[in-house]
Amino acid sequence: MAAKNRKETIKSTLWYEQATEDSPFVADVCRLRGYDVYGDMLANASWFDYLYLLFFDASPTKQQKKLLEAISIALANPGPRDPSVRAAMNGAVGGSGNAACLMAALAVGAGVAGGGRELLLAMSYWQRCGVQLERWFAVLRDPPQEERADVWPTPLNAPGFSPQGSHCPLRVRQTLDYFASLEVGSHLSWLQQQRRVLESTVDAPLSLLGVIAAAFTDLELKPEQGEMLYLLLRLPGAAAHAMEQRVFGWLSYPFWRDGLELTNDPGDRSNLVKEAVDEAAVVDEFVIE
Amino acid sequence: MANSPLLEEFEDRLLTSMGAWFQGERVVFRGKDLFHELNENSWMSILLFGITGREFSENQLAFFERIWTLCASYPEPRIWNNRVAALAGTARTTASLAIGAATAISEATIYGRRPDIRAIDFLFRAKDVKDRNESLAQFIRAEYQKHGVIAGYGRPISEKDERLAPIIRMAKQFGCYNGDYVKLAYEIERTIVALQGGPKMNIAGLGSALIADQGLSAEEFYRFMVLSFSAGMFPCYIDALEKPEGSFFPLRCSRIKYLGKPPRKWQETPV
Repeated sequence: MAAKNRKETIKSTLWYEQATEDSPFVADVCRLRGYDVYGDMLANASWFDYLYLLFFDASPTKQQKKLLEAISIALANPGPRDPSVRAAMNGAVGGSGNAACLMAALAVGAGVAGGGRELLLAMSYWQRCGVQLERWFAVLRDPPQEERADVWPTPLNAPGFSPQGSHCPLRVRQTLDYFASLEVGSHLSWLQQQRRVLESTVDAPLSLLGVIAAAFTDLELKPEQGEMLYLLLRLPGAAAHAMEQRVFGWLSYPFWRDGLELTNDPGDRSNLVKEAVDEAAVVDEFVIE
Repeated sequence: MANSPLLEEFEDRLLTSMGAWFQGERVVFRGKDLFHELNENSWMSILLFGITGREFSENQLAFFERIWTLCASYPEPRIWNNRVAALAGTARTTASLAIGAATAISEATIYGRRPDIRAIDFLFRAKDVKDRNESLAQFIRAEYQKHGVIAGYGRPISEKDERLAPIIRMAKQFGCYNGDYVKLAYEIERTIVALQGGPKMNIAGLGSALIADQGLSAEEFYRFMVLSFSAGMFPCYIDALEKPEGSFFPLRCSRIKYLGKPPRKWQETPV
């Protein structure tokens, strides 16, 4: 049985390991797509070379690397009002572990409203429409519907456009302008030209996520790759804000003490107990000293 | 274009009928006092009340719980979600992180939550087809053409589903085996077999039919099943935790079958 199982392997086009002489379970050399990670890349490549190489089978051009780095900056901190960062901070103020805080940020930041799933949908629109305005009109006016039920809630808004506000915010326009200036592909510059037309079609401003979807498409990432990178690249801010709130503590963090209103409060139901019970006395009676 | 009036309306104000904690006094759970009206309820009844807002009979609650017992409690660490719990144990992380991650992983496509919701959804759509007096066979054929698979029929790794017989015995015992959706699930199976020789119904197919007969919607069934695998995860975590660290099916370097580019020297792309 054991010998039979030993034939099972993990196939990989990414990663090779050469074992040390003393243990087959310890790696001496690791190669990413043929490049020696610790003996060569460590000294000669950048983090963004390495990140790009994890997704593609070739090293990036200077402009691709610049765009990837700019995307990483744009995404790194969604800010403490963002639901995913709030999830991480909620964990931290209650004393939860760091991994739990990041898991919370990932889970909350995965959704169809501003999360990884919306990014995937936005990229699927780019795949479907490219830079053909008529195709965009068709897909935005009559969004593709999945007839089968799924675990994901149904999106209510066009992916890549914000349901809030009436104008595209300055930071989104700045991001789009800078990304497009790097001239990596045709999607960002086309979006720059057609932004207002697309916004008026859906009656909503372009969001940062919409710009990122176009940028990932210029980098020739598939939607699934884009979703993964989006989830990953938004975590640094969640981590930093969680650590900051851990220091301030739960007493300094919003709780909305008077913010919740019950629409069906049954009121005090202790009269349902047959004999009136003084609950404080019950607690006192059973105190163990 | 819209501004943000909706968010302004919600700022510092949450109206809800789901519940609240009155500090030091009481807890309201969907309009009922937890300590005085729900204090003798089972956890399963609270779970289903929380999900649906409806109350179920004792017989139904016991039936729902037994579905969890029989369908979802495999302490088998090779199954992908349980393997996450076992890896958590072997890497010495916490039980909460292990079960949280393994539960998230259970939202899979070849098993777990996606087949659950798709199976019950398929049943509901098939019921609509029948109600409109349209051809079930044509509907099934179209589903295969479009998606290549019908949730609730067929199974990865093993063709036979060992859960069917125990579930059927149990459903009969609870008087829950003769509902319309169970009958429809078998009619679908017969139609698939007649059309193309198989595959046969799996536990998601039968389970979703049994649950549909109890009046749950597709979303309610999905949410009800979210925690169902957890009983099988703990033993996998504990077992790995109690064994030497890193010893859960360890992989030697040579077990990575490298299929990529040959060794090469790093060079930046010149342009």
